[in-house]
Amino acid sequence: MNIIVEAVITGILTGGVYALMSSGLTLIFGVMEIINIAIGALVILGGYLSYVLQTYLHIDLFVGLLITMPVMFLLGLALEWFFIRPLKRDRIMLSILVTFAIALIIEGALGLIFSTNYVQLHAWYVSASVNIGGFYLAYIYIFGFILSVALLTGLYLLLYNTKFGQSVRAAMQNRTAAELIGIDVERVSMITFGIGIALTAAGGMAFGATTSFNPGSSYDLISRLLVIIILGGMGSLRGALIASLFMLVIEDVTAVVWSPVWSSTVFFILLVIVLLVRPQGIFGQLEGRKQ
Amino acid sequence: MRIFKIAGLLILLAAAIAFPLLFPNPAVTTVAVFTLMFAGAAVAWNIFSGYTGYIALGHAAFFGTGAYAMALMCQDWHIPAGYTPFYLLPLVGLVAAIVAIPLGIIALRTRRHTFIVITIAFFFIFQLLAYNLRGLTNGSAGLSLPIPTWSGAFYNEPFYYVTLAILLLALLISWWVRNSKYGLGLLAIRDDEDRALGLGVRTGPSKLTAFVISAFFVGMLGGMYAYFVEAIYPPFAFDALYDVVIALMCFMGGLGTLSGPIIGALILEPTQQYFTLLYGENGWYLVIYGVLFLVIILVLPRGIVPTTSEWWARRRAARGNVEKPGGEPPPAPGVQQDTQLVVERSEGVKEVNL
Repeated sequence: MNIIVEAVITGILTGGVYALMSSGLTLIFGVMEIINIAIGALVILGGYLSYVLQTYLHIDLFVGLLITMPVMFLLGLALEWFFIRPLKRDRIMLSILVTFAIALIIEGALGLIFSTNYVQLHAWYVSASVNIGGFYLAYIYIFGFILSVALLTGLYLLLYNTKFGQSVRAAMQNRTAAELIGIDVERVSMITFGIGIALTAAGGMAFGATTSFNPGSSYDLISRLLVIIILGGMGSLRGALIASLFMLVIEDVTAVVWSPVWSSTVFFILLVIVLLVRPQGIFGQLEGRKQ
Repeated sequence: MRIFKIAGLLILLAAAIAFPLLFPNPAVTTVAVFTLMFAGAAVAWNIFSGYTGYIALGHAAFFGTGAYAMALMCQDWHIPAGYTPFYLLPLVGLVAAIVAIPLGIIALRTRRHTFIVITIAFFFIFQLLAYNLRGLTNGSAGLSLPIPTWSGAFYNEPFYYVTLAILLLALLISWWVRNSKYGLGLLAIRDDEDRALGLGVRTGPSKLTAFVISAFFVGMLGGMYAYFVEAIYPPFAFDALYDVVIALMCFMGGLGTLSGPIIGALILEPTQQYFTLLYGENGWYLVIYGVLFLVIILVLPRGIVPTTSEWWARRRAARGNVEKPGGEPPPAPGVQQDTQLVVERSEGVKEVNL
């Protein structure tokens, strides 16, 4: 029983980090109607940026985010400007191919710079653990969760309490209508893309501190994130948050109850079962007829 | 005109048949076999995704299923090396097709992006199963197949011709679908599924059939691949890159066209093999391949075949105008040319409305 409680707690804490990454993905989808496959590689890139700052400049992981997040934000703006904006037709499919290409380039470049050896981020809170009701948990899980909650709260405030947030939500509801009432949807899209990428960078740091990674880790990550946002309903932030926690808890519980080998499979099978009942995901809205 | 077309096709066919005789170098024929495999897979993928507009990014699941089916059949039935494994290919394709039926039923309940992501998820499920069902697949240690004892110079030729035959068969089916009432239904689904349903197209069974047909061919090619490379491992039989590469080939040549996927495969696969040869499987190879991807998509988002045929039609129309000043206006380009163009124009209208 104790190990199940432990698994649930770890699941919730890591689920918070996944929520951070998947909210970036679902936000971008909601506003721009594109699927950004490169998120997986960008998470890893964020992890490596933190790694560089920490190893060569001895900057603390969390302080380093003050540098990595703006850098990744600017990278996001550039990617949107150069590669996503030119796509006019078949946006969903072409965006998948384009962002996959970006992911390949990032993976290749990271492989050239850092080699394919696994690395992990180090800090006192990664190695030290705290005793919670009988089992030990590294501080990083708790800190990562707090970071996620803080950033997601910030995102929430941005979306619901600012003029820019209103534009973003309008664009999510109906791109054309938003454009018609005078919102510069292209600009909103670009900034949203940047924000999504910046969030993933923070997620990448927390991911890299809890798991060892190499440039090829992005495949596993992107497949999970896609499952999460589909399950939550694409474009639904609330759905992404709940699906992240739910999936990670299920995965961790499967790992201790059954076997770690099967935990990812359960993850995917759950998706299939949910979609059999609700094809639009838990919080997704049925797509209206688009004309 | 028709005679020229048939003669042209026959010349192309003769060239394809004569190719290994003209270039017997095994290094060249190996690339040729891989190119044909990808061409066949791209044609098969196009039968479903190109015609219906449902982009499936999980066909590597069927490729891998085919590869493992081939390996397991050879292993369990003690099939000797030689020509016998080739006779198993239709059976291998059938296995992939049967696997595709439930997957298709589940995935086709959704549309657009959700469909894409579900197919990706299926792919990952299959890859994980290949790693984890150790009793069946031998896990990451992989399975090996019987190795033919043909001489080095001759070795690739049987593979070449059998793959060519599969490609031709896939092309024939693709051509038939394109020119049948059934195919018209698929194209109608691509344009506007609800309206097609309203007009009496049985969209569900149509989509599923196309999905299963494409899985059949991709599965056969997976079996072919397994026999050709002699040993299979989960990351190679179920390769995420494969999903995207065949889609890119179709996009590059022209989605939903008959020849587009082959043209895309003929350009991309040898290029990829060349880069692999040049840089090995390291970072440079990925970077260059990614850049190549980006350039193709940004420069030719509609594909080679639609772009050139439209250009050709416009040119002809312009010339017609010059020759007959004041005469009848030339027929709108594309009307008698191809449904493709008509379809694209209606898509254009939709974009304006959006």
